[in-house]
Amino acid sequence: MSTLPLSPNPLRTPAKPSVINTLRRQAMNHVITGLSILSTVVVIAPLVAILVYLIYKGASSLNLAFFTHIPAPVGEQGGGMANSIVGSGIILFLASLMGIPIGISAGVYLAEFGRGSFLGNAIRFTADVLNGVPSIVMGISIYSLIVMQQKHFSALAGGIALAIMMVPTITRTTEEMLATVPHAIREAALGLGVPKWRTVLSVSLRTASPGIITGCMLAFARVAGETAPLLFTAFGNQFWSFKLNEPIAALPLQIYVYAISPYDEWHRLAWAGSLVLIVMIMVAVTLVRIFANRGVLKGAS
Amino acid sequence: MTTEPESGSTKSALSPVPTEFVASAVEAPVSAPSPIREFLSQRGSGRLADRSFAAVMLLCSLSIFLIVLFIFFILISRSKLSLLAFGWKFFTRQAWDPVSGDFGALPFIYGTLATSFLALLIAVPLALGVAVFLTELCPRSLRAPISFLTELLAAIPSVVYGLWAVFVLVPIMRDSLGPFLYKTLGWTGFFEGSNFGVGLLTASIILAIMILPVISSLTRDIMTSVPNSQREGVLALGATRWEMIRTGVLRNSRIGIVGAVMLGLGRALGETMAVTMVIGNHADISKSLFAPGYTLASVIANEFSEATGDLYLSALIEIGLALFLVTIVVNAIARLMVWAVTRGAPARAA
Repeated sequence: MSTLPLSPNPLRTPAKPSVINTLRRQAMNHVITGLSILSTVVVIAPLVAILVYLIYKGASSLNLAFFTHIPAPVGEQGGGMANSIVGSGIILFLASLMGIPIGISAGVYLAEFGRGSFLGNAIRFTADVLNGVPSIVMGISIYSLIVMQQKHFSALAGGIALAIMMVPTITRTTEEMLATVPHAIREAALGLGVPKWRTVLSVSLRTASPGIITGCMLAFARVAGETAPLLFTAFGNQFWSFKLNEPIAALPLQIYVYAISPYDEWHRLAWAGSLVLIVMIMVAVTLVRIFANRGVLKGAS
Repeated sequence: MTTEPESGSTKSALSPVPTEFVASAVEAPVSAPSPIREFLSQRGSGRLADRSFAAVMLLCSLSIFLIVLFIFFILISRSKLSLLAFGWKFFTRQAWDPVSGDFGALPFIYGTLATSFLALLIAVPLALGVAVFLTELCPRSLRAPISFLTELLAAIPSVVYGLWAVFVLVPIMRDSLGPFLYKTLGWTGFFEGSNFGVGLLTASIILAIMILPVISSLTRDIMTSVPNSQREGVLALGATRWEMIRTGVLRNSRIGIVGAVMLGLGRALGETMAVTMVIGNHADISKSLFAPGYTLASVIANEFSEATGDLYLSALIEIGLALFLVTIVVNAIARLMVWAVTRGAPARAA
């Protein structure tokens, strides 16, 4: 913190501040306040524009066929993304199945066992760094590992790529949520002779569960819209596919394919798909948040 | 507080007595065990279960290390062909000719750096403004909705931003913003050539929109962690509100803000889908911001699935390796900076 130099004679009665200086400072204050408000408006405007435009375009192109039909061939009207919605569901289910347990366990280790130790700090740091690794890199490493070996794209590879992206987020939120659990509760359990593992599972995790569920949901929402890691793993599919070792369609992939296509009909479907994707993400997050909050209230009473 | 559960982790599980007593009780001669202790040692299940539970948890957290190492090694092993063929020169050569098997990554590095820094140039002042507004000026009732909106925007998938950019931003760039920039700033030489709407500038703008929520919410957290006594102290000396923000808040949180900006940079460097959709995908270095470009991530997204030939594929994987290493370094520095600032703040776990 730099301060202005003291006046040469500090004991003298302070000089009256010059009017010009005061005015300048006041003006500066108002200018900065104005700029700050302006920048907020400038930031909010495109964001609101994106949401409104998306809802407008998406809602006008949504119809029942979108949810029941598979993509129509080029030139034909109609068609939908039913296979992509189901495919996204399968991939995300696989990803959650692998990512959530590993993520939560790693978080538990960091919060309950590795607190303050070098190993704990190193793992925490690695998780943060892994969080920032671009998703496309995740895609090509899973491609190199699984797809190259198997010689074909598969839903499983897509699920693994997304699972890896979920782990660091879940780990960090689980750890932060466990850190907010008061020690008194843990000590009470330990004092009753409950083993440590039981304390962690039924006391710490239970108490922190709303926050942990929210964290999982946020990680889920984040990977639900990921396209880049699926480009070379799940690859996409124009038809129904439920097999785990075959290419499978996914909503973000289909949106990408349609968005860069030259056909108006496909653009329409891309907008509808985007709206569905976002609504699904938002609904999932909001629902879980509501339920998680209710759980907290119940636990407290 | 933090070390207590560890010291008592195995012993306290066996005993109803607080941990401190156990520690001394174990040291004491065990000639005549109390009935309680006898009962507890008969149960005997705790220690093994605890150990194995801790081991499983440790294994899961070590898997994070393994993932990073595995990505690193698999990328190296798969890009060996191109590493051997071109060496370090790979990153300084302009050639990108899949037909004759001549590869160099310079145009992509240029595209990535140009779009990312331009995006930061646009996003950072705005993000700072938003953060200052949210922490210092905003009426309390507005704070939650605006924060919620910014978090909502962080949840929008990249491909949706790309879709919006293709159908809204590109026409705007082509028809109004581009000609306007050409007229006013054309003399700088940055806005030359034909303007198709897609290009470096469009990609930078969509990147800026995407990283704004990241930077502004982190900056807001960092500014909130500045203690109120700082603000009150500066105000008490007669400062105006801006002087208070400048000397009391911004100066204290500058390292954290730099860290937040670096995190935004990391995000911008690796952003794939939205950029691929609007950058024009042309491997060329040109000074004009209207010109189409190519980034490291978008060349992988576009050409990876149709790469024929081992050398082509391994050159693309080497680009992925470069991207991986660069983002890891940027993120590591950023995390250390953010950590250095928020470390002392209350109510934060890490």
